[in-house]
Amino acid sequence: MMAGFQYFPHTDSDIQAMLKRIGVKSLDDLYADVPEEFIYKGEYDLPDAMTEQEVREFFEGLAAKNPRLKVFAGAGAYDHYTPAVIPYITQRSEFLTAYTPYQCEISQGTLRYIFEYQSMICTLTGMDVSNASMYDGPTAAAESMRMSVAQAKKKNTVLVSSTLHPQVRGVVRTYAEYSGVTVREIASCNGQTSICSLEELMQEGDVAGVIVPSVNRFGIIEDLAGFADIIHAGKALFTVYCDPSALAVVKTPAEWGADVAVGDGQPLGIPLCYGGPYVGFMACRKDYMRKLPGRIVGETRDREGRRAYVLTLQAREQHIRREKATSNICSNESLMALWVTVYLSLMGPEGMRRVNDLCYQRSHYLYSRLLGTGKFEAVFPDAVFLKEFVLKPLVPVRDLQQRLSDAGFFAALETEEGYVSFCVTEKRSIADIDALVNALES
Amino acid sequence: MKYYDKLIFELSREGRTGCSLPSKCDSCAGTDAIPAGLRRAQPAALPEVSEPDVVRHYTALSQMNFGVDSGFYPLGSCTMKYNPKINEEIAAMPAFAALHPLQNDLPGVQAVYEGLDRALAAITGMKHFTFKPCAGAHGELTGLMIIREYHMSRGDMKRTRIIVPDSAHGTNPASAAVCGLEIVEVKSNAGGLVSVDDLKPLLDDTVAGIMMTNPNTLGLFEKDIREIARLVHDAGGLLYYDGANMNPLIGTVRPGDMGFDVMHLNLHKSFSTPHGGGGPGSGPVGVCEKLVPHLGVNVSGFNGNFGVMLRAYAYILMLGRQNVKLCGKLATLGANYIKESLKDVYRLPLTQVCKHEFVFDGLTHDGSCEGRQGATTLDVAKRLLDYGYHAPTIYFPLLFHQAIMIEPTETESKETLDAFIGVMRRIADEAASDPGILQGAPHNTPVSRPDETTAARNPILKFQDA
Repeated sequence: MMAGFQYFPHTDSDIQAMLKRIGVKSLDDLYADVPEEFIYKGEYDLPDAMTEQEVREFFEGLAAKNPRLKVFAGAGAYDHYTPAVIPYITQRSEFLTAYTPYQCEISQGTLRYIFEYQSMICTLTGMDVSNASMYDGPTAAAESMRMSVAQAKKKNTVLVSSTLHPQVRGVVRTYAEYSGVTVREIASCNGQTSICSLEELMQEGDVAGVIVPSVNRFGIIEDLAGFADIIHAGKALFTVYCDPSALAVVKTPAEWGADVAVGDGQPLGIPLCYGGPYVGFMACRKDYMRKLPGRIVGETRDREGRRAYVLTLQAREQHIRREKATSNICSNESLMALWVTVYLSLMGPEGMRRVNDLCYQRSHYLYSRLLGTGKFEAVFPDAVFLKEFVLKPLVPVRDLQQRLSDAGFFAALETEEGYVSFCVTEKRSIADIDALVNALES
Repeated sequence: MKYYDKLIFELSREGRTGCSLPSKCDSCAGTDAIPAGLRRAQPAALPEVSEPDVVRHYTALSQMNFGVDSGFYPLGSCTMKYNPKINEEIAAMPAFAALHPLQNDLPGVQAVYEGLDRALAAITGMKHFTFKPCAGAHGELTGLMIIREYHMSRGDMKRTRIIVPDSAHGTNPASAAVCGLEIVEVKSNAGGLVSVDDLKPLLDDTVAGIMMTNPNTLGLFEKDIREIARLVHDAGGLLYYDGANMNPLIGTVRPGDMGFDVMHLNLHKSFSTPHGGGGPGSGPVGVCEKLVPHLGVNVSGFNGNFGVMLRAYAYILMLGRQNVKLCGKLATLGANYIKESLKDVYRLPLTQVCKHEFVFDGLTHDGSCEGRQGATTLDVAKRLLDYGYHAPTIYFPLLFHQAIMIEPTETESKETLDAFIGVMRRIADEAASDPGILQGAPHNTPVSRPDETTAARNPILKFQDA
């Protein structure tokens, strides 16, 4: 009966012995409670079972069909270098093949790295408390929208800056739509969130929360001075959406006076991988600790007084509170939290400074080289950027993108305004940059 | 497993680094050129450690952890099946891992989305899937949004109530709440199934649908599903299938054939991708033909967890049309085998044939006698850790006070199940003679039971330098 499949250990005699203990005659008898009409009798529309080698070759074939381009694009996903140590650690099966650390006595490894992760997110953002991770940056922003409305009781509007990445605004809008929350956009001025527009919208009332980027979709480091006062005067929650890699250098959400910090951990050495898995992060001031969604790890002692770690403050969560939970999140992105924890351990303060310096130096080099081609105009000449910037193209965007892609580059993403954006990480060399510019000039 | 007491921060020495990046050129402007008003005042307090420090530290942490590769993991409703290693190699292929999420014209990627969509449709009887949801609960939320979109697109605006059985996973009511739906609970009957009689009066033109788990969290097949589907559909509602318990149906029963309109799958349960200590998962949502126009709800940043999809697709290709037929059946075989082998020493409230999992309600003899407290389900769970097993899911579902929910999966051999059964019987013997052994457990793990009350009352949630 059995053909022998490597993941199923059962021999024919095993099956017979087990059926006998159960007191039935066949495997089909185990489905006697299923109405006959629901037993699928057709042939499954699946390929013939492949061997491991065939599967490997199948995917190698698919992989070969994708063009290999050097990435000079960001837009919320950044091509930073991944040290070799990280996959080596995250592939350790004790981490990889574990479930959520419910049985804390045999999950101290997972619990300890989550505690370290929370500590690192706190020091990067300046916040007091971090959760154990969210799905991605945009969903973390959506959770901060929900948290704002939950703490504000009767107010039902959340403001999002128009300088946030479109995917962040999009996901916040989706979540808001079904919760009956109104989302309004704060206009931009010179590529930054307009403080005048913020004030006007705040004056209209009903604002429970405000979400503003630290480094925005034009790559500009925003000056958020004065924002906290305006937002807090309106008794709203102030959330800053940030790039955690940039936070090693730029002013922290806490320094801007924010209540909540959210963002995507992907720039901390997580491969682009066509969009996931990444890891959302979410941290807040102590006052809002019990309103945070998701898991949180805390430190305590075992019966012998040894330091031990546990999932804590669980009265916020779905498995305890069901419909009254702060969120429906259950599985998060734990292994990717380990990924960024190992990354930040390797990099340390010095490594994070070097990454940002290299990004700054090389992106500014590309910026001036591109302006030198005569095919672009500056859009925000006075703005401060870190690794990503936009230019106004003087040639058709489609031609530009085609030419770059033919030369082996993924770059010049078009923004809502018709600008094109470029991003340079430390992975792109000066030679790469020169080659990109040459491709445009040739 | 051995106890190791360091945090990475405690290994830090000023001047060390594990980073191999060059410094920027001396004459070029770096981040110092950013105006001071935009820069942080102090560097982040990250550890300063060398690469060997990092490797030894995380290796030591991993040695305090238990995964599926460490041993049997009968965690109910979590489907802890073996995670094939080839899948990891495929997900790490640079030609996939280096792709930017906004790149287009990627025929190799498109083939993965289309191939996986078609395979999941074949296995579930659904028409098409969206892959944007990043986990099961995220899929539930997405599916409920699709249900609401459907009703609203027909101008049917007042359907804002959703029926959820009392045995449902906690994520069901939580997802419904996030979706802005009002939860109406339907009770289970004495047989542990959704009561059709209790359901009938709940159905009216304000009901958006019903969320069902089939088999349910007791591991029992909801055999009245045809009647339930008819009643809900007649009332204008839709049926949502919680795919957390899909494993026993793989290769034998298709949710689409039972009348379900929307469902999610947990690729990290049913389709063998690793749980990663709590994620990443992937929760694709499948719908029937009439809901396909609403599949586009925008619930995550880019294209879903592509890396997880690659693993699941590789697994399905290895199952193929031949092995898929045995997947659910062997999972069901294992669960019934354990149930029948232990029902004399653990209380079995519902005795009928189960699917991939089943629930005991504590020990038959917990060892309590005058003045001596008996062993609880928690004590049994902790004692299992001493014997080298992960514990089952405990105190869920909430229908029983001492619930022990056991799910073995199809990748466990008879020898593994026999050894587990032997240990469970031995623990039952220990409880009967000296429950203290269980109450003091675990004895052989890196730490003993931590003080969770203090952890919650006086939260320490990050490293603070002494």
